Amino acid sequence: MPSSLSAQNKNKRRQFPATVFWFSLGIVMEVCGSSSPTLREFGCEQNLLSRPDGSSSFVQGDTSVLAGVYGPAEVKVSKEIYDRATLEVVMQPKVGLPTVRERAREQCVRETCKASLLSTLHPRSSLTLVLQVVHDDGSLLSCFLNSACMALMDAGLPMSCLFAGVTCAIDTDGQVITDPNAAQEKESRALMTFAIDSTERRVMMSSTRGSFTVHELQQCIAVSQKASDKIFQFYRDSVRRRYSKTL
Amino acid sequence: MKHLLINLVSRGTEMNFVGFRSDVRTLDEPTWLTKNTMAAGFKTAEPLEYHRSFLKENCRPDGRELGEFRTTTLNIGSISTADGSALVKIGNTTVMCGIKGELANPPVDAPNKGYIVPNVDLPPLCSSRFRPGPPGERAQAASQFIADVIESSAVIQKEDLCIVKGKLCWVLYCDIMCLDFDGNLLDACLIALLAALKNARLPEVTVNKETEAPEVNLESRRSLNIHKHPVGASFIVFDDSIMIVDPTAEEESLSTATITVVTDEEERLCALHKPGGTSLSGEKLQNCISRATTRHKEVRKLIDKVIQSAKTPK
Repeated sequence: MPSSLSAQNKNKRRQFPATVFWFSLGIVMEVCGSSSPTLREFGCEQNLLSRPDGSSSFVQGDTSVLAGVYGPAEVKVSKEIYDRATLEVVMQPKVGLPTVRERAREQCVRETCKASLLSTLHPRSSLTLVLQVVHDDGSLLSCFLNSACMALMDAGLPMSCLFAGVTCAIDTDGQVITDPNAAQEKESRALMTFAIDSTERRVMMSSTRGSFTVHELQQCIAVSQKASDKIFQFYRDSVRRRYSKTL
Repeated sequence: MKHLLINLVSRGTEMNFVGFRSDVRTLDEPTWLTKNTMAAGFKTAEPLEYHRSFLKENCRPDGRELGEFRTTTLNIGSISTADGSALVKIGNTTVMCGIKGELANPPVDAPNKGYIVPNVDLPPLCSSRFRPGPPGERAQAASQFIADVIESSAVIQKEDLCIVKGKLCWVLYCDIMCLDFDGNLLDACLIALLAALKNARLPEVTVNKETEAPEVNLESRRSLNIHKHPVGASFIVFDDSIMIVDPTAEEESLSTATITVVTDEEERLCALHKPGGTSLSGEKLQNCISRATTRHKEVRKLIDKVIQSAKTPK
């Protein structure tokens, strides 16, 4: 790397320090007892890559995703939309090429981001969100959503609301497990992932696996809404902490 | 309805095409024709406003109510070379499904199971929005959705497809092809798949003990054991608030969110697929689910009737 570039990078780092902030739920759990949904320990680092306009790494237990956002930038004429920005989501698995499953997940993340972004403010431009799996230990789709939201925030793109991804598994005894790991996912009877919006705590995205009753669905949505509060609180705390240093 | 339709359209045109209308009036056309020409112009220039003017009156441009499905027609056994097939039409949307059985070695991690491989194809023939070449995102997402529904609903138990444990099993290739794309692809695909599976008859296979080679007896065929009947119902959200069932391609392109609910005969949900879009309250979701259960009964009745009529000799 040329020395001038690395110096520039260092400069950038100094101006906008990357914030690492861990949020442990160990204490909260003890206080609230079993009534509050338990999430694995989660954390986030923003602005860790120098080239993208916004980047984040989101960690939920052992699941980890790296996200980068480019844009608003110039758009290919064939993809240009005259009244809004074109959003593209690219998902990279840990090994190998993206499969059909990744394409289906890309669609889910893209449509969720599209609904929260105020893309009409950047007409005829492109936004690209790249999501790289670092490690998959269950609840991957929710981790994708959370890292995407943090990266969009880091890029400073105008959004109408934030969103949080929560995965719920129903085990063979009918118990709801929030934020399951890979082993719990495998043993579960049904698995649901929801994206919850920050304004009214409603369901923006839903993706399910396995069969379940309507009552179980409602139960899982209620649990996800509760769990999303913790994630939104984390978003708020980490952003506050980050900008308290720069302002 | 027709009267109301013209009424609505003419009200819209007055707002939007004042200059244009005077032009049209100079032509010596009957009033209804003038109105139709203007309606087409209005539809092209302001599609969103055009649909809004209908939805305000709780109806849709094609004369349906908000909770009304298009006419669904089903034909089974239309492809004689396939082991099972079905053709489904929902309004203009036409989807065809063919089932082909092949023999293979079972997967190593599950020696007592077979394979089901669904594939949804959206050729350029079905709509101008699809280009030739490798399958686009829409087709891939649909294929994944169908695979997920097969997996979650357990429509066929994969153990049933095993012939000799660890040695021989069936692979069911479920090729779904769209011939005419006018919205609500997933519902049509699910009905086509289910009807084709119910129609499929696989030949009997025995393994020769001496040579260990499989012998296929094409004369005696058996139908598959269908455990569950997953049926979908799709909805779109218009202007962040109005829910519409069974959208056409045009309505889909104007929607802010789409939802597909798949239910089985025990009123359990096999999938609640909402790929993003505007958020929905629990109450609205509940409405979708109850509409999906009534739709399940309708489709189930249709499939049973068609299969029954195919059985009785003419």
